[in-house]
Amino acid sequence: MARYLIERLWQSVLVIFAVSILSFVLIFLSGDPVAALVPLNARQEDIDNIRRAYNLDQPVVVQYLLFLSRALTGDLGESFRFKSDALSLVLGRLPNTILLACSSMLLSMAISVPLGILAASRKGRLPDALSSTVALLGISMPSFWLGVILILVFAGTLRWLPASGSGTWRHLILPTITVSAFATGLLIRLVRRSVADTMGQMFVTTARSKGLTERAIAWTHVLRNSAIPVVTVMGLQFGALLGGSVVVETVFAWPGVGWLMIQAIEARDLPVIRAAVLILAVFIVAINLVVDLLYTLLDPRIRLGASPG
Amino acid sequence: MSVEATQQPASRAASSPPARSSRRRRPLNRQLLFGGAVVVLTVLVAGLSLVWTPRPPNEQDLARSLLPPFWMDGARPGFPLGTDLNGRDLLSRIMAGAQASLFVGVASVLVGGAIGLTLGLVAGYFGGWVEALVMRLVDIQLSLPGVLLAIAILAATGKGLLNVVLVLGFVSWVQYARIVRGSTLAVRSREYVEGARALGASHARILRRHILPNILPPILVVATINVSSNILAEAALSYLGVGVPLSTVTWGGMLNEGKQVFELAWWNAVWPGLSILLVVFGINLLGDGLSE
Repeated sequence: MARYLIERLWQSVLVIFAVSILSFVLIFLSGDPVAALVPLNARQEDIDNIRRAYNLDQPVVVQYLLFLSRALTGDLGESFRFKSDALSLVLGRLPNTILLACSSMLLSMAISVPLGILAASRKGRLPDALSSTVALLGISMPSFWLGVILILVFAGTLRWLPASGSGTWRHLILPTITVSAFATGLLIRLVRRSVADTMGQMFVTTARSKGLTERAIAWTHVLRNSAIPVVTVMGLQFGALLGGSVVVETVFAWPGVGWLMIQAIEARDLPVIRAAVLILAVFIVAINLVVDLLYTLLDPRIRLGASPG
Repeated sequence: MSVEATQQPASRAASSPPARSSRRRRPLNRQLLFGGAVVVLTVLVAGLSLVWTPRPPNEQDLARSLLPPFWMDGARPGFPLGTDLNGRDLLSRIMAGAQASLFVGVASVLVGGAIGLTLGLVAGYFGGWVEALVMRLVDIQLSLPGVLLAIAILAATGKGLLNVVLVLGFVSWVQYARIVRGSTLAVRSREYVEGARALGASHARILRRHILPNILPPILVVATINVSSNILAEAALSYLGVGVPLSTVTWGGMLNEGKQVFELAWWNAVWPGLSILLVVFGINLLGDGLSE
């Protein structure tokens, strides 16, 4: 168990390093970074000065090491646009994104678990078909389109809810519904499949036994067994939700890291882009690690370390 | 019109109970049938739009800006779905948009599938450090948020249909690699493979004749679902303005433009989204049918 934990930790560190390299390299992919820093008619002298000031005249490896050393002290550069520390900008917006992801996760679970169980227990009949169709719609719908439609209906026509921004709990409703649509669809299908599989085994045994208590035991057994893959996917989905909420944040002007990143891209604010990618990736790696550890707790077979591939 | 067909799959699915065992063949056919029908329809529309659309998709005429669809007041014949802010016919743009979506969907899956298939085969067949290396790469990639990665890379490399295809393929290869590796491992240890080795067959021959045919079915299922998720991803990227340049017609781009005017002309935002929904729904249905 300890060995597995160490292996996963070390892998996570490796991943974060890979991400740091990647986000560092990103700047160079878009051509000469100095071009983003100077006005069009700058003199060659100014360009050279800026190049030196930002250490851009050094070899790439040296630049990376400089970047790394600064990053480890929490300095991820200064935003070109806001002239403030990139890291604190990102961290300031992070709670909003996390709030959105959490509320979406809760909503997803609240809807998908009962619906999935319902679909599995009434398999082959109307509730099942309806739930499955709803689920399929959920994973087929472009999230930003759903967002726009919701704004149209609830904010535009009915005027029940605000169309964008944040501040009150009312602002959270529409973005949450939008972000959770995909995960809900996915989870309904997963819960249904999971429960149906376990139920198939359980009721054979139950049929042979007598008494209501046996059925109650069977049900708890079903729920516990089908929980494992569902919990795993929920955890992974949380990571995906963080990334996926980028689009929804833009639709609703929700002040999260995703929207910040889009704005930074439009403004060619490279330090902020880099910081946002790095912070989000670190977060997601951390979540994945926690999920993996939870998984080992739930299913002892995994502790042996062999990946099911 | 492809828009009305959204009503049909939902009601049909509700009336056909997916019962177990002996009656399973009927619902299987329905999913394949409807999913397949939608896909075929989309391909036909996209193909048709290559040679003909009611009006040129990029033809602007500010005098006819924001015309409503045919059932509303103020509509003009010849523009059944209305027009956008620049007076471009929405029906023609929807048809043309199908090209980009299908192209990106299929091409990115080909790219991702090729990478994933190769790496997965190599990992599963040769094992050892090769496998370890590939699986570590898979783990690293899985820990990175896909859409975010795509956005960041595209922001750096710039827009373009080909860039989007490459980036999406690059982000999605891991799905194939894992499955291919698993299946390859399973097949590799079967007797006829060992027999073939004993008879002196080369690695390439074994891979081609024995392993490849057996791992194709799960790959096909994954590929189908991947097409739909890549279409969604491309739409999201275009919506955000980091995917395809605005001169190319895409449903995502149309949604972006539609959102800006949706208070005045809601239909601008509805048609592209509905199209995406329909196509993705159809592909997913097809994938479901295939996996059963």
